[in-house]
Amino acid sequence: MPEPLLEVSDLRIRFGGFTAVDGLSFSVRPGEVLGVVGESGSGKSVSMLGVLGLIRTPGAEISGSVVFRGRDLLTLKNAEMRAIRGREIAMIFQDPMTALTPVYTIGWQIAEQIRAHEKVSKRAARDRAITLLGEVGIPAPEQRVDAYPHEFSGGMRQRAVIAMALSCNPALLIADEPTTALDVTTQAQILDLMRRLRTEYGSAVVMITHDMGVVSEIADEVLVMYGGRAVERGTRREVFHGPRHPYTWGLLDSVPRVRGARARRLPTIPGTPGAAERGCPFADRCVHSFAACVEVPPLTGESGHLDACWLPEEERMR
Amino acid sequence: MVGYILRRFGAAVLVLFAISVLVFLIFFATPGVDPAARIAGKNADPATLAQVRASFGFDRPLPVQYAMMMKHLFVSHDLTSFVNRGTLVIPQIIDAVPVTLSLVVGAAVIWMVLGVAMGTLAGAMRGTVVDPLVMLLGVFGVSLPVYWLGEVVNLITQKELHDSVFSWVPPLGYVPISQGVGQWALHLLFPWLTLALLYAGIYARLLRGELINALNEDYVRTARAKGLSERRILIKHALRCSLIPIVSLFGLDFGALVGGAALLTEVVFGLPGVGKLTYQALQNLDLPVIMGTVLYAAFFVVLANAVVDVLYARLDPRVRRA
Repeated sequence: MPEPLLEVSDLRIRFGGFTAVDGLSFSVRPGEVLGVVGESGSGKSVSMLGVLGLIRTPGAEISGSVVFRGRDLLTLKNAEMRAIRGREIAMIFQDPMTALTPVYTIGWQIAEQIRAHEKVSKRAARDRAITLLGEVGIPAPEQRVDAYPHEFSGGMRQRAVIAMALSCNPALLIADEPTTALDVTTQAQILDLMRRLRTEYGSAVVMITHDMGVVSEIADEVLVMYGGRAVERGTRREVFHGPRHPYTWGLLDSVPRVRGARARRLPTIPGTPGAAERGCPFADRCVHSFAACVEVPPLTGESGHLDACWLPEEERMR
Repeated sequence: MVGYILRRFGAAVLVLFAISVLVFLIFFATPGVDPAARIAGKNADPATLAQVRASFGFDRPLPVQYAMMMKHLFVSHDLTSFVNRGTLVIPQIIDAVPVTLSLVVGAAVIWMVLGVAMGTLAGAMRGTVVDPLVMLLGVFGVSLPVYWLGEVVNLITQKELHDSVFSWVPPLGYVPISQGVGQWALHLLFPWLTLALLYAGIYARLLRGELINALNEDYVRTARAKGLSERRILIKHALRCSLIPIVSLFGLDFGALVGGAALLTEVVFGLPGVGKLTYQALQNLDLPVIMGTVLYAAFFVVLANAVVDVLYARLDPRVRRA
């Protein structure tokens, strides 16, 4: 098994009295796509912002370790972290409509990132921006490079954002719901693009999403999060064909089925997202909860398919 | 962009025309009032009234009256004040313009530099003690009325400490720039500072708010994720976008001040500018002068707005096609 590119262990992020991420551990190997799934508020985005050191709320406490290529990112100085951000780890955000500075051209913004990390001329940076825009499927990149963000559609902007993220050939790309703000056909195109770029650029990808469909399209490994904790982790096959945690069952049930009898109503997970005060974070909403659930279950399991649930084996017949 | 500029200035010309018609109608076609009597001033004799009637064509249709008025104003420049018998109006305004322009341009430079510096400092240092301190300074500036501050400044620099610390301060009044930039600037220094203090406070507060909003925007997060330095993010991204509303406000303020709103500063510091001219004309109901200054003020407000809109389009690509 190759050395992990990113190894996060026991990451904890607290805002005042509120714990947003509670002892999260996972690793990403080079070239691998990790899908991080969970409802809103499960701590997916905030944990990735924590990895990149982008949490700037005053009073936020971050502990644990985030080892990237042998260095703990949480101990790096600002300047060292800046050299990693954008060059070795790039991030794509959810809403392409607001992610670009409105007053600069697309090409200028891509060139800005290139020139922040490499000593190249303006001309060369611009040429590379044109090449990148072409690679992410923007037609007539020589002209579009001088367009402003408001002159692009949502899908085109997300392509431009992806081009910008890839501009320094990062080893790891963190994509925070990159398709959520787009319509379905555009979503499919962006996912296609990301799959293709992953083989061409060889970047590992952490794909944050609440959409099981997106995960099943693109992920090699799946991490299911609830209430700031990992509740299940395994390969895509394991999680989709043999889900072990009741929360994962709920997530998978809430996807409409194309084949078979149509359900009268789509099943939902009862209650609202939010971790329980103590014990298993999902216990409040879990139809299977029993006496043992007052204790926090550890993430355990065999052969890489891990889950955090006290439910005995025979009751997990699915 | 060129098309936008042409369109914008075309619109400005139309607005100016509309204003001139409106002003004309208010002064000359208000029902129930004899315009000749108003122009001739208080207690005018019948001969003067007849002269006014003939010269402004009050026995002819309104459009002709309008054309004659505009001819007096812009072509022959021979509009005469009847209160100060025989004084030509246009040369008075032309003499006053450089004074007001000098005052307002200098003050504008100071308040923009100060306001942007203070606003940026407060916005960037939010959460530290610097922010409330700078803002307190801004409120201080906003809450001092110009006429009071100006008098206090005069009291200190011209009287109380004139023999010691401020012996270099020249007497009140205006010295044209043609007599040396040094003397010109020295005479205007305290008027500039007095006028700028108020606006610097307002602009600093406004910019701080804009900047704090901008720093919470998604594009700033993107810029951080790109690995840019905080300084670059602040100046190139957040500040650049925050300046857009500041510039449009600046256009309005600048136009209004050049148009005569700097009156209080001009009066306190004895500067014979447009504001002071209007003020005097209002006191003795010198209608031709009032009309001249109103049109002049409208001209500068409209011009400043057109310039600002062009600048706005330069700053914000989103409005160029609007």
